[in-house]
Amino acid sequence: MTAVVQAKGLSKRYGNTVALDNVNLEIQPGRIVGLVGPNGAGKTTALKAILGLAEFDGQLSVLGLDPRTHRTELMQQVCFIADVAVLPRWLRVGDAVDFVGGVHPRFSREKCEKLLARTKIKPTQRVRELSKGMIVQLHLALVMAIDAKLLILDEPTLGLDILYRKEFYNNLLGDYFDEQKTILVTTHQIEEIEHILTDLLFIKEGRIVLDATMDDVGERFAEVMVNPDKADAARALKPLYERQVFGKSIFLFDGIDKARLAELGELHKPSVADLFVATMKGTYA
Amino acid sequence: MNASTMNPITATSKFLWQVKREYWEHRGGFLWTPLIIALVMLAFMAMGLITAEFTAHQNGFTLNGIHLDQLTSHIDADAMAKFQGALDVGLITMGMPIRIALFVVVFFYALGALYNDRADRSVLFWKSLPLSDTQTVLAKVTAGLVLAPALAVLGMIVLQLGFLILMTLYAAIHGINALPYLWSPTHLVAMWVKLAVLIPVNALWALPTMGWLLLCSSYARSKPFLWAVMLPIVAGVIVSWAQITNSFSFSGWFWRHIVGRILLSLIPESWINLDSLRALEHANADPGIALGNLLSFGAIADQFASPNFLIGVAAGVAMIAAAIWLRRSRVEAYA
Repeated sequence: MTAVVQAKGLSKRYGNTVALDNVNLEIQPGRIVGLVGPNGAGKTTALKAILGLAEFDGQLSVLGLDPRTHRTELMQQVCFIADVAVLPRWLRVGDAVDFVGGVHPRFSREKCEKLLARTKIKPTQRVRELSKGMIVQLHLALVMAIDAKLLILDEPTLGLDILYRKEFYNNLLGDYFDEQKTILVTTHQIEEIEHILTDLLFIKEGRIVLDATMDDVGERFAEVMVNPDKADAARALKPLYERQVFGKSIFLFDGIDKARLAELGELHKPSVADLFVATMKGTYA
Repeated sequence: MNASTMNPITATSKFLWQVKREYWEHRGGFLWTPLIIALVMLAFMAMGLITAEFTAHQNGFTLNGIHLDQLTSHIDADAMAKFQGALDVGLITMGMPIRIALFVVVFFYALGALYNDRADRSVLFWKSLPLSDTQTVLAKVTAGLVLAPALAVLGMIVLQLGFLILMTLYAAIHGINALPYLWSPTHLVAMWVKLAVLIPVNALWALPTMGWLLLCSSYARSKPFLWAVMLPIVAGVIVSWAQITNSFSFSGWFWRHIVGRILLSLIPESWINLDSLRALEHANADPGIALGNLLSFGAIADQFASPNFLIGVAAGVAMIAAAIWLRRSRVEAYA
């Protein structure tokens, strides 16, 4: 199958700052990819390049098209929720549905109305009368009613309460996602979405530092809780990261034989958040 | 997904939806402003008539209806034509407050058209839809130069009809049947056709200002008003200053043809040649005929041949093209 997104040597600088540094990546169809990185690591720049919203150097093909020259065509197949609350505040809900239905060939009005019926949003309301959570519900209803191949979510649930956040991802998984679709999502609330991700991309200072499927992550990485007497032996194996809990040390290892690690102490599957902290160590130093 | 389940969407329908979106956003300026001005003016006129009536009664001198009727019955064809001409002038100039409001509304509309959605980031929503930047910008040009003036003409027609109704009623109170004098259908329709024809003429004339404002709107990371207004004025001041040492009269030309055209061409009918207006005044011409001449189809056609007009159109188109180009890459006001 051809990749949905294919980047080779993707670079972008703003003045002296390098936002993307020779990024290579491939995203296959039917995946849910988490693009994770600290603030300023280049996540938004990468998404903007994919969406044709920013110039860049290098090669980038999205659904076989160059986003710089075929943006309008591309946007028939690509949807995005850029950030919370970017819907224009003067827009009426009913007009928003009419408008998207009027300009988007893949929009299903019926589906959108069905999704909106589950919320408290009324067609006569203006966006400015809605709460932040309701605006995201509206935006998601509009986007989910579009049968697109690639959905890009940039911090879609920022600032929402846990109920809205859970509902957001439940809707996305239950009513939207299938093997024909691909979702690329960035968020800082990584622990909330790690169970839905199939792939993980870590970005640090404009470079991809981890590109793995979630299955690979389970295979490659292991966390071991080690008693002080074996700590030196553990350090000899060059852990990615070490932290102290209740007088014991917890080490995170990449690609070390599990049987060998088991001799040192209790083995765990590391959470993505722990892996993230270990990988991004020293970012703000 | 197969093609059969896709909604049939044409480039034209997309364009019309985008013009409609501009209307939704700016209904207050485009529709309500001219209508409210018309209604307020009519309310004032009605109040004026009532006051006049009241004062007349108090001073014990009533308008002699029969006398006036006799006066009008003696009117000959020539006097009637003059009266119709004067009525036309009255009806057309009555719309002046609506024209001024239209200028202000469209000026600020254009200034915000490619800036406001970047400032509030809603541009990211519009850009998530399959809409081309060219079409988006052209829809905004159309909304400002065709839709808004058309709605202003609607407001002017409401005002004219309201005025004629008030006058007819007032005359009727005094026993005069004003219908044959005020309600000549051919005259009214001809005037409305003229107002409609003026829309595209004004639109072409306004292109340099529209283009300049959209360019600033598309370019500015903040304060598009300062860019749009200060840049031409500062340029004009510099030219005037440099002029002091030069005998060639360039600064007057610069203010009029560059600064003026860039900032003020949105004023409706501002292409009317003021020199010829003055010449007509000196000749003591009848105002109705003078206005008829200025707004005649011949005078309008002459405009299309003038370099001022044509160069303005070309400059406007070039600036709109630049605004479209900037729109492609400027996504956020602060990026």
